[in-house]
Amino acid sequence: MSEEIAKVKVTIDGITVEVEPGTSILNAARQIGGDIVPPAMCYYSKLEGSGGKCRTCLVKVSKGSEKDPRPMPKLVASCRTTVMDGMEVENITSPEVIEARKGIVEMLLINHPLDCPVCDQAGECDLQNLAYEHGAEKTRYEFERRTFDRIDIGDKVQLHMNRCILCYRCTYVADQITDNRVHGILGRGDASEISTYIEKAIDNDFSGNVIDVCPVGALTDKTFRFKNRVWFTKPVDAHRNCPTCSGKVTLWYKGEEVLRVTARKDQFGEVEEFICNTCRYDTKKTNDWIIEGPTHIDHTSVISSNHYEMAKPLPVIQKDQLLIEANKVEFDRATKI
Amino acid sequence: MARKLLLENINVPGINTFDVYRQQGGYRAVEKALKSMSPDDVVEEVKKSGLRGRGGAGFPTGMKWSFLAKPEGKARYLVCNADESEPGTFKDRYLMTYLPHLLIEGMIVSSFALGAKVSYIYVRGEMMPQIRILEKAIAEAKNAGFLGKNILGSGYDLELYVQPGGGAYICGEETALIESLEGKRGNPRIKPPFPAISGVWGCPTVVNNVESIAAVVPIINDGGEEYAKIGNGRSTGTKLISASGNINKPGVYEIELGLPVEEFIYSDDYCGGIANSKRLKAVVAGGSSVPILPANLILKTITGEPRLMSYESLSDGGFQSGSMLGSGGFIAFDEDQCIVRNTWNYARFYHHESCGQCSPCREGTGWMEKVLHRLEYGHGKMSDIDLLVDVAKKIEGNTICPLGDAAAWPVASAIRHFRDEFEWHVTHPKEALERNYGLANYAEFTNAI
Repeated sequence: MSEEIAKVKVTIDGITVEVEPGTSILNAARQIGGDIVPPAMCYYSKLEGSGGKCRTCLVKVSKGSEKDPRPMPKLVASCRTTVMDGMEVENITSPEVIEARKGIVEMLLINHPLDCPVCDQAGECDLQNLAYEHGAEKTRYEFERRTFDRIDIGDKVQLHMNRCILCYRCTYVADQITDNRVHGILGRGDASEISTYIEKAIDNDFSGNVIDVCPVGALTDKTFRFKNRVWFTKPVDAHRNCPTCSGKVTLWYKGEEVLRVTARKDQFGEVEEFICNTCRYDTKKTNDWIIEGPTHIDHTSVISSNHYEMAKPLPVIQKDQLLIEANKVEFDRATKI
Repeated sequence: MARKLLLENINVPGINTFDVYRQQGGYRAVEKALKSMSPDDVVEEVKKSGLRGRGGAGFPTGMKWSFLAKPEGKARYLVCNADESEPGTFKDRYLMTYLPHLLIEGMIVSSFALGAKVSYIYVRGEMMPQIRILEKAIAEAKNAGFLGKNILGSGYDLELYVQPGGGAYICGEETALIESLEGKRGNPRIKPPFPAISGVWGCPTVVNNVESIAAVVPIINDGGEEYAKIGNGRSTGTKLISASGNINKPGVYEIELGLPVEEFIYSDDYCGGIANSKRLKAVVAGGSSVPILPANLILKTITGEPRLMSYESLSDGGFQSGSMLGSGGFIAFDEDQCIVRNTWNYARFYHHESCGQCSPCREGTGWMEKVLHRLEYGHGKMSDIDLLVDVAKKIEGNTICPLGDAAAWPVASAIRHFRDEFEWHVTHPKEALERNYGLANYAEFTNAI
């Protein structure tokens, strides 16, 4: 093979980007950034084989490739479809996609308990963000929501099966990050649930990562349970010399106290590096850590309500002169703030 | 009576044993293929025959075979999909019960054509008797030297295994079947890669329906061109139809494709008319997942042409006024049947069988079932009907595998063609519990015979 691999050109919502061959549409869109990135509830770039399940990242391929310009007959899951040279993709410019995505969000919510007021995930919940952006304000579902029997999966991780959207991320973590998988999916259809092997406890060095990858409040930190709302806590980046993991974490402060420790997340809500249980649960004193500084929080996040950062126009808008003019009012407002 | 290729010797006593089957000319196709043909010749012959997949999608079998990747040093597999669980379809079970050797003969020839050294028959877990019958038949064939090492001195080795399924409808989807065969949870895989590139244990795999594989036998015996002469247009050959519902003679019939639907329903050679001299109300032409059609549209297409039992004719008019041949599960409803109840029943089935992997299907099938249940039991609202249409639309095409489509189509089509009956359930809830809506607008077409 030659040293330089020819990059492929893909156009997403009118913006062209050159990416490595084999990149998925979703990752190509993430390279562009901004509004045109399809939401992803189940895809996780660090977990092999994830994606394709939640269907929120559906996009329309209006031109297959340069060689075969036919459009794809159905909407495709952008996280599992690789780009072809000359491919044209419509995401937020296609009413069909918006309509389908709205449907998916509604489907995800019909059996969700919507107990955000008592849920520890509220404020950093992907489903909350997704529903806020795409969902209708009212449900058309008039039946009792499904519930599951509570099971105890150990003293560190709290499982709320009712909130689960079955993204399968935690089972991939168990498969790929931890050395001993004890939990998986039981049952079929809307009765399928995350469970351990005959209610065994999840207990190994990296099991806490299931909390970070969970897009909803189905898996939460038992040591942080009902302690505080996330938007009242202040995230601070810190690190320590850890023999098992990278030791790069975010500490969540309330006053002087560290309420919880999580892995650092990137702008797409994905963990940058997985951390071990010692970092997560056992080192909750400031002395244990070397503080780097406050975590950057996107200004759209509810967590940023305590520390406003400068609102920046979306990267897409910054790149395009036409869009700058079209969004002049917002641009000016942003610079004033 | 029309020509029979598969069920020709079905009435010969003891045809399920090797000796009788051999006396009736069985295993000729194996001899012919292994001794005088190359694997590519067999594929070419199947391509010439125009045989289309009998499992539902109707994809040309020869074409599917030619897509199989043939990388060096990698095994290739043939898997026979005998996980027949579509409501209304029972032809494969019939074939396996009475003609197990026909399937095995087809498996040997097809495996030879694809270069598979190991092949599997994935049988639905509930079909225990058929699993035993097949295992016995495989042992007989192995004794006679048609399986195992160096078959008939040709140097070709083949091992054939029967794998009992886990008992889920979803395992009839080819990638879910492969997962289940590998011993995993039967979740459909995300395509691409297609099984022809990466199937069982990451090796190139072809998954074919029982009937498709059985049909290879007459194709090799008589030649592909001869086979292609039977049938109508691009629908060649014969097809097994599982006829059920309110007809006088339910059962499995082998028809030449292109037979008029009217003849199939009313001729004494086939269904023998509607039972108890009732009138025909609706037909599900290809198993529960295809759109239901009212009597007027099943007998004649929207343009007034008589509708034929073929892939093209049944799908004439698209989803507006057509249906699909599917797997050939022909279910007839007489005037006393309630379409709402039937639709609810189907929705309940798909709700129960959804694998739960992708969200539209997992959540949507249950939602549709609940709304239909409410309508059927007299608690529905007028807005429920549009809600069902909308939910079905949101599921259709947005799922990983075709189960979502299969769940959405019966509901969408029932409302499209029988909306008045759904509305009647809303406006007359008490009456709806006591009696059925009857024929309504479709009465004038049912005096055809």
